[in-house]
Amino acid sequence: MTEYKPPPLPSPFTHTTPPPTLLTQGAEAHLYKTTYLTPTTPAALKIRPSKPYRHPILDRRLTRQRILQEARCLSKLVREGVSVPAILALDWEPQGQEEKDALEGRAGGAWLLMEWVEGLVVRVVLERWEGWMKRNTQMGEEQRKGEESRVRYLLRRIGHVVGGLHKAGVVHGDLTTSNLMLRPTAAGSSVEEDGGNPSMEGEVVLIDFGLAGHSNQDEDRAVDLYVLERAFGSTHPRTEPFFDELLQGYHEAYRGAVSTLKRLEEVRMRGRKRSMIG
Amino acid sequence: MSALETINLSHLPASWPVHVALYKDVKNAPFLRQQLISGNSDFEYALIDASMILTRTHVLSAVFRAINDYTNARLKSRNIHSEIVFSLSPANNIADSFRKFGITDSTKDLLVVKVSVTPEITHESVATHLGASIEGSAVPFNDETLVATSDVAKIKKAYKLGGLAPTPAKTNDTKNHERQRLETALLGAIALRGAL
Repeated sequence: MTEYKPPPLPSPFTHTTPPPTLLTQGAEAHLYKTTYLTPTTPAALKIRPSKPYRHPILDRRLTRQRILQEARCLSKLVREGVSVPAILALDWEPQGQEEKDALEGRAGGAWLLMEWVEGLVVRVVLERWEGWMKRNTQMGEEQRKGEESRVRYLLRRIGHVVGGLHKAGVVHGDLTTSNLMLRPTAAGSSVEEDGGNPSMEGEVVLIDFGLAGHSNQDEDRAVDLYVLERAFGSTHPRTEPFFDELLQGYHEAYRGAVSTLKRLEEVRMRGRKRSMIG
Repeated sequence: MSALETINLSHLPASWPVHVALYKDVKNAPFLRQQLISGNSDFEYALIDASMILTRTHVLSAVFRAINDYTNARLKSRNIHSEIVFSLSPANNIADSFRKFGITDSTKDLLVVKVSVTPEITHESVATHLGASIEGSAVPFNDETLVATSDVAKIKKAYKLGGLAPTPAKTNDTKNHERQRLETALLGAIALRGAL
């Protein structure tokens, strides 16, 4: 098998020294770590490469629409004070690098530079915690209570952030514990681990707004919560019993929570898709 | 005795350094503005009213955007230096961006930016020309100086961020934190200009 080669970087990242390092890739985008303005300011670079199988005009329009949608949501949330990565720079139609792209009028994809968020994704934090709990089954009642209250507090903070997001009129579209990060607050208070038991201190930050959009419908907000609930159910079985704590936090942060939670009951009965199409 | 700083911005070609100088108490603003209006090519600079600049990152973001637009051949204004002033603006009106962010006859504190788009433009050549042309006292281009020169209310107004939601007062360093929040909002506005 040939080694995977990511698509060429768009301008201006072709000159970048050292070159951006690839972190992950999804179906639509590649995520790199690089810098912004100065070599000491880390930044996350999200690139939506152009798709050669699409018609160039359609390709450009879709890529542009999607990167702008994400950037607009982030920009709005920054203004509203929701903790998300800030937008640093953006280009929705950089020049293609290859001559044939230029001939076809094809853009070299689109990119978005964002603030670098330190810390771990909540999925990893909870996986480590659950692993640790599993290995320490003989802990005393009191210690177990203490551990549970740490997790409850984390879930409540997650609820606050999601509530803040919905209050700002934005829905995430793909809320999972992989799209929530825990950023260590004070410098130096890094993600201290106590024999494999992760710290749960820090600021909860929402990431990856690739599927986000503006919405004022209970349905969309309820689906956000439902998807998150399912993510807990499938990946964090020991944490799921505390999901109510998250909803409690949501309620505290967002006034419209009552009707959204009512709708959530309906969504639970029937699943994420309301219309049976597609 | 110039305080001209030469900066290489990440991702941009190393052959294109950016020269930046900050002056206080500039005496000849009307003269400098006249050179721009008459199109005197010796005075091809981005001449920015420093009261409209919050931080280093703020202005360097506009420079980054202007150079990126230049390398992609889609300048909206006459040259890369006018584009820097225009890039500071969150709106698409070029004349308006100059009124708000560019030098005016009453400008006291002035930020000058020059990009080395050709090899003849060097740190020395820019420093010499600025030293001879600008009647003002050179001060270091850093965030501490900009705290004193920036007019936060005016900046908020230009970016329509008057209603910027205050952050929950968790940190004890609220003042600094507010500035940082405002800065991130400005960067978003600069990056998204023209995205309709």
